[in-house]
Amino acid sequence: MTNIHRRAFIFFSFFIAIIFIGFFQSWNVALGIFNLCIISAIMALGVNIQLGYAGIFNAGVMGFAALGGLAAVIISYPPVPETIELGGSGVFLSLVILFVGTATVTFIYKSSLSSSIKKLTVPLTILMLLILFNLVGSPAIERIEAFEPAASGFLGGFGLPIILSWFVGGILAGIVAFLIGKLTLGLRSDYLAIATLGIAEVIIYFLKNEDWLTRGVKNVNGLPRPVPYEVDLQGNAWFIEFCDKYNFPLVETSSIVVKISYCLLFSGILITIFILSEIALKSPWGRMMRAIRDNEISARAMGKNVKARHLEIFIIGSAIVGLAGAMLTTLEGQFTPTTYQPLRFTFTVWVMVIIGGTGNNYGSLIGGFLVWFLWVEAEPLGLYLVELFTSPLSDTNPLRIQLITNAAHMRYIMMGLLLLLVLRFAPKGIFPEGR
Amino acid sequence: MFLHAKNMVGGYGETTILNNCSINVKQGEIAVIVGPNGAGKSTAMKAIFGMLDLRQGNVFFDGEDITYLSPQDRVKKGMGFVPQTNNVFTSMTVLENLEIGGFTNLDKIKSNIKEIFNLFPILEEKQKQIVGELSGGQRQQVAVGRALMTNPKLLMLDEPTAGVSPIVVKELFEKIINIAKAGIAILMVEQNAKQALEISDNGFVLVQGENKFTDKGMTLLENREVRKAFLGG
Amino acid sequence: MDFFNAIALITNFILLPGLTYGSQLALGALGVTLIYAVLRFSNFAHGEIMSFGAMVCILFTWLGQSYGVSFGFLPTALLFVPVAMIFTILYCMLIEKFVFSYYRKKKSNPIIFLIASIGVMFFTAGLIRFIIGPSDQSFNDGVRFIFTVREFKTLTGLNEGFGLKTSQAITILTTIILCSLLFFFLNSTRTGKSMRAFSDNEDLALLSGIDPNKVVLLTWIIAGGLATFAGVLYGLDKIYKPFIFLQMLLPIFSAAIVGGVGNPLGAFIGGYIIALSELFVTFAYKKVLGYLLPENLEPTTMMQFLSTDYKFAVSFIILVIVLIIKPTGIFSGKTI
Repeated sequence: MTNIHRRAFIFFSFFIAIIFIGFFQSWNVALGIFNLCIISAIMALGVNIQLGYAGIFNAGVMGFAALGGLAAVIISYPPVPETIELGGSGVFLSLVILFVGTATVTFIYKSSLSSSIKKLTVPLTILMLLILFNLVGSPAIERIEAFEPAASGFLGGFGLPIILSWFVGGILAGIVAFLIGKLTLGLRSDYLAIATLGIAEVIIYFLKNEDWLTRGVKNVNGLPRPVPYEVDLQGNAWFIEFCDKYNFPLVETSSIVVKISYCLLFSGILITIFILSEIALKSPWGRMMRAIRDNEISARAMGKNVKARHLEIFIIGSAIVGLAGAMLTTLEGQFTPTTYQPLRFTFTVWVMVIIGGTGNNYGSLIGGFLVWFLWVEAEPLGLYLVELFTSPLSDTNPLRIQLITNAAHMRYIMMGLLLLLVLRFAPKGIFPEGR
Repeated sequence: MFLHAKNMVGGYGETTILNNCSINVKQGEIAVIVGPNGAGKSTAMKAIFGMLDLRQGNVFFDGEDITYLSPQDRVKKGMGFVPQTNNVFTSMTVLENLEIGGFTNLDKIKSNIKEIFNLFPILEEKQKQIVGELSGGQRQQVAVGRALMTNPKLLMLDEPTAGVSPIVVKELFEKIINIAKAGIAILMVEQNAKQALEISDNGFVLVQGENKFTDKGMTLLENREVRKAFLGG
Repeated sequence: MDFFNAIALITNFILLPGLTYGSQLALGALGVTLIYAVLRFSNFAHGEIMSFGAMVCILFTWLGQSYGVSFGFLPTALLFVPVAMIFTILYCMLIEKFVFSYYRKKKSNPIIFLIASIGVMFFTAGLIRFIIGPSDQSFNDGVRFIFTVREFKTLTGLNEGFGLKTSQAITILTTIILCSLLFFFLNSTRTGKSMRAFSDNEDLALLSGIDPNKVVLLTWIIAGGLATFAGVLYGLDKIYKPFIFLQMLLPIFSAAIVGGVGNPLGAFIGGYIIALSELFVTFAYKKVLGYLLPENLEPTTMMQFLSTDYKFAVSFIILVIVLIIKPTGIFSGKTI
């Protein structure tokens, strides 16, 4: 029982901290932080499935989160008819070429032809594929990107409800994870980390540069929301009446209501994923995964297909991260490829999982909550510390000004220290595995 | 007594492998530890060299209690050890392997290398070659050479002939006799029990971590019980 | 003539930048590979250590410049590299003492080391941004060119030419000198051989009386020193950006792995392989082919294999191909 008490106490303390922020900073800020805490916890659950259940080091979390963001754009943004007319068919045709070509290459590669013929035909087919792809694709892409580049210059999306994108984001991340996993999962753990770190960079570069798809660094703004807009609420007669009745400030209340709606939606997803993860962890499948993680050789000797199991887990974990990524883009209402930084996305999520307790879903939950909370609150805290330590210096002292402007970067220092201290003194994290 | 390991008890973790085992080696003689698989032969060797903490018993070397010395310190006292596996620096040349062995005694490096080349002429021929590219028997010679570079008074060999061809086994044993003739005591663990006992002065037959028989090598070879149990009749 | 024009173009846009960038990668990869060889883990903090070295050098350069120190036509920063090296090496030693030595004594799994190195990476990244801020810093105050493209053209009368930047010459020369010293040290000195022996077979090295603490300390000294040079030279050649060093981890690790991780010669060659392939693959060959091909065959497109934006993809692809085909790398590093 003490274990459950401990868990309850830690979660309770966290909610107290959020309520504290609500009273002393503002409820808007508190809810804003909490919404991102939920998204962080979902990402942490996804990474925990990989790192905790199976010991797979995925350093490409950032890439999968960004793919979720891409899904949000493609699903929800209204289509741009002009660009589709200009280059839609070209892009579609080149995609068809890509699929047919990939299928051909795979077919040749897997066929029973002799290896010398394969050595000749496979690169040749790939080369032809690339040339054809470029010939059809490039002019279409140029036409698309040339159309009103300041406002549009991309194909747009399907104009569907954005909630749909959460699942599409998961599926997209899952498909990419399948391809990457096929390529890299046989590698040793640190090579896998390096390779996935690389693939995430490549994905981000793709999103930054393929303007026809994502507008690149010009960003996609104004994604539709799954919840009401503040302005609409402020114009709603019932809502105005409601605020008058309880004497709430109209503008602030509207934004709090929006945040609460997000919070409810996100909590639903979080709870669902958490329950599913717990079921998976306790199922024979979860036990097998841990058995493989703890002793790969003997698991293989017992006839387990380690690579296939790892691929499964890599896809599932990455899909959850993709889903969380789509939720994040939904919350922000815009897709900005430049914000995807490995420190912020990949390694912070690792810190969440490790601090919470690798292999324990409750751990990932609290890890996601706590670390995101600290990540945000590190800025005021850092500023406070810097001001405290530099208070003997005058206000115009260049060192003091320099330190105060850079105080926000205390969060990296804090993340590093936190990770190092936990790894050293409590390597099993807040909630150790299996307890 | 030159090496005197007395009533050793020890093992890995909870399991006890050595059970009141004693090994003695006199100056300049060849001693061999033989016995069935899992008798604790290699473990006894490791215990003598300080790679295994003893629960009971003592190791005396050259009149000094060395029970609590680290392996590195035992090297400085004059013990040389050739492990059964990973006993050479595979990515380095023959000459470099020997040089590294001699880092404990810098002023004698040149003369020691010369002596080792005299003992193992093939190593002089291949001195610039990477050890990883040598044959199994040549590698064993490098390993023994590296250990000799530390100027040991006692050379300990853990199954020096494991995995080398029968002709090379014979050659290696001849080299070992030559080393002993130079005044270096030798303690080795051997699978080729018959051949090893033939060249040894003293033999120790271990069974389940205990001394079963201890006698002159030739006497052990003639002992009917020993022959029946370990030497195949 | 056309042939020489083509050569000049390739020299200007591929060869010189490639050798320069390759040198920077080689210096970084050498540090990674040495730490891997001796401490047996992939150090994710290495990029940030390079950044740290460059930062210290920039700070001292500013200080020096405020007192009117200058190094003639060479960048002032070069004068302060030794100071920066000392600080970086001290920082590395502090990391070893407070972070890695604990796991080393416990003989922890390499993955624990890797996670610890990510902690160090976070900490160092924060420290750097805290001290110097997140923005770009340009600190190359020397003469920019040894000779410019225009000077080359007037000298030779060719249509195309190549210019040699001071930073390129400094980078390539420094790297050659540093690497020669390093290889001499590793192959011909007693301490260097001890280091190689320790990396080859730790237990046997201990039996040969090699002091592990000394070897580890030395490894950090060399890795820290080389990282400082790599960071400063990269900053001089391009610009100092605090966040670029995390991105450079990928090409640096690729260089080390392609050459055979744990093998210094491999890391050196690997750096140039990665850098040159990046440039070869992302270079637009239109002009070059225009000179080489008969007039009627002149290409109309850019003749580029891959857009420049994807240069990171090149190192990734090389990395994956090597890991799948020959995971020990070209020069057969350690596979453990």
